[in-house]
Amino acid sequence: MFKITKKQKLGPEMVLMEINAPQVTKHVQPGQFIILRVNEKGERIPLTVADFDSEKRRVTIVFQKVGKTTYLLGSIPEGGSILDVTGPLGTPSEISKFGTVVCVGGGVGVAPIYPIVKKLKSEGNEVISIIGYRSKNYVFWEEKIKNVSDKLLIATNDGTYGEKGFVTDILIKLLESNIKIDRVITIGPAIMMKAVSDITKLKKIKTIASLNALMVCGMGMCGTCRLTIGGETKLSCSDGPEFDAHLVDFNELMERLNVYKEEEKYAFEKWKTEAKI
Amino acid sequence: MSIIKEQIPMKEQLPQERKKNFYEVPLGYTKEEAILEATRCLQCPTHPCIDGCPVHIDIPGFIKAIKEDNLSLSIEIMHDTNLLPAITGRVCPQEEQCQVVCVMGKVGDPVAIGKLERYIADWELENRSRGNINIPKKKESKNKKIAIVGSGPAGLTCAVNLIKMGYEVTIFEGFHELGGVLTYGIPEFRLPKKIVKEEIEFLNKLGVKFNLDFPIGRSETISDLFKDGYSAVFIGTGAGAPQFMHIPGENLGGIYSANEYLTRVNLMKAYKFPDYDTPIKVGKRVAVIGGGNVAMDSARTALRLGAEHVFLIYRRSRTEMPAREEEIIHAEEEGIEFMLLTNPIRYIGNENGLVKQVECIKMKLGEEDASGRRRPIPIESSEFLIDIEQAIVAIGTTPNPIISKTTQDLKTGRHGEILVDENGQTSVKGAFAGGDIVTGAATVITAMGAGGLAASSINRYLSGELK
Repeated sequence: MFKITKKQKLGPEMVLMEINAPQVTKHVQPGQFIILRVNEKGERIPLTVADFDSEKRRVTIVFQKVGKTTYLLGSIPEGGSILDVTGPLGTPSEISKFGTVVCVGGGVGVAPIYPIVKKLKSEGNEVISIIGYRSKNYVFWEEKIKNVSDKLLIATNDGTYGEKGFVTDILIKLLESNIKIDRVITIGPAIMMKAVSDITKLKKIKTIASLNALMVCGMGMCGTCRLTIGGETKLSCSDGPEFDAHLVDFNELMERLNVYKEEEKYAFEKWKTEAKI
Repeated sequence: MSIIKEQIPMKEQLPQERKKNFYEVPLGYTKEEAILEATRCLQCPTHPCIDGCPVHIDIPGFIKAIKEDNLSLSIEIMHDTNLLPAITGRVCPQEEQCQVVCVMGKVGDPVAIGKLERYIADWELENRSRGNINIPKKKESKNKKIAIVGSGPAGLTCAVNLIKMGYEVTIFEGFHELGGVLTYGIPEFRLPKKIVKEEIEFLNKLGVKFNLDFPIGRSETISDLFKDGYSAVFIGTGAGAPQFMHIPGENLGGIYSANEYLTRVNLMKAYKFPDYDTPIKVGKRVAVIGGGNVAMDSARTALRLGAEHVFLIYRRSRTEMPAREEEIIHAEEEGIEFMLLTNPIRYIGNENGLVKQVECIKMKLGEEDASGRRRPIPIESSEFLIDIEQAIVAIGTTPNPIISKTTQDLKTGRHGEILVDENGQTSVKGAFAGGDIVTGAATVITAMGAGGLAASSINRYLSGELK
């Protein structure tokens, strides 16, 4: 059992949890993820690490309540426990002194971009962070990201905070300003990462995307998370989760993310009826 | 007394019933049946069966004790060399190991060694459930810690042998449940998970410690384990990554590797969705690609999930199938539709990215290849389409790279398998390995044999006999 040492609401349906997980924090690095299982009947879900404290042996995750598992997870109070936490899984982010790096995070993807921004900065990079949300009440971790970035740009889809539009609108403007950008790193919904990738491809700027494929094992043995990368089949859990965005078949990723849509909806509706939510 | 030439058959669930449930297929011997079968053993002095067994069980010995209805003696003899007989009695390919060399086989059927092994093991489990636990004696504590990486058949065997020798043993398992392939891979109807749990509970009683949710190579590395005070490490992480054919459409929704399909069903209990949260696609028409035991397990699982037609697509003929004869027969009896000398060439999806058809080509057999089997050759213009809702690719696995990637100086072979010497020793001092991570996908008993060998090598290494 893994104790939830802190729980915080970050926005509508958006939850932060800090979990006591000593076997994760010994080696965890930015870009890696954990797999957790809420209870005996639960599924294994991957969540990218949003922060960690190696001394206190705690790892932070941020998730959005969208289906049965994330609602169940979100219903556990601070001080409560999660049955299983495994990690750190996946290959850590490749971080060295690249020069100027733009980090693009969208929605729940803003959280896992934080440790990457922080490490990039400490390696001596000039870091421009672009973060985007649906609306003002969804904004979280603005200060936290700002503190480790050289520049922070923010967008909301409805224009209630920061610039009106998408992170990609800001990215396009930034690229038009003709500053030299050495690398772009993006985490967020697949459709957003695809849009970022399409833009940077034209400008030939190396872009890394952290892919959110469905997973079961997380350790490279089941193949649930397989994707086509540059024409080859790769496992998102062990070869990734970060890949050269320009080689990713995003359409395939989005189709594969939807494979269990009907089953997920059915399970969620059934659970809501039974739990009278 | 005249010799009974035929094996005493073991009762089984009827195909029409069993294909709708996940309960075990063979039902076990009664006492009378077991004694009768045991009398068929000639107690021949040459005992080729012992040499045929990868762990050298005293087969005539335990069978003689069954014949005399001295079951506690029988299980004691069994436990001398094999502490997991309820598992091996069910999943060992006895027909190509101990039974193939049985002298009785020259005049009739060989003795049903596997069935008798299961009989005695099940008696012991029954007995244990009544609180009569016969814990084998442990030697005096050696005050040395050993780490076992992976809790599959190789790791469990290595652990149990070492703890008997007096070592402190801790098993590290990446998943949330113990047992490795016994838990995630082999289906309930062939190896009930209750039996796996009971055998592991037995190890727990012996004093083996378990660390779940602990993937070595990630949570800690092999060198961390040595730093943490472990005197030796055994790596038994199994055959990891699933192989695919790399044909168009293979990443469509509804196409599974056998590892994924079986893990969802066996480990995650997707057959109980939505009571359990892990989903699985259930369709009326399912294609399974491959001809091994895992392909049979996948096909029979699909049937039990509710498929009306399960097509087993294999590129060679029935003779070349690597699956156990017993499993092939079980699959045939249950109505699995074998499409032999057939090979998939591409998958076709619908507008939602889900598979709807597989295109196959007919094959013929040519000259023998390096494996000694006749090479399958495509027959020109023989392509045809099959409508399917799911496909399960069961064509093998390659070793999981996580440990080799994170362990400096650990030598691996061409396919990523860990290289070991005749004692199971790797290129890293104090680190031993065995099972599928060394051999590539093989059988449970081969892995157990390797785990046993590594245990005695570790003992020799720690007593200074082995450098």
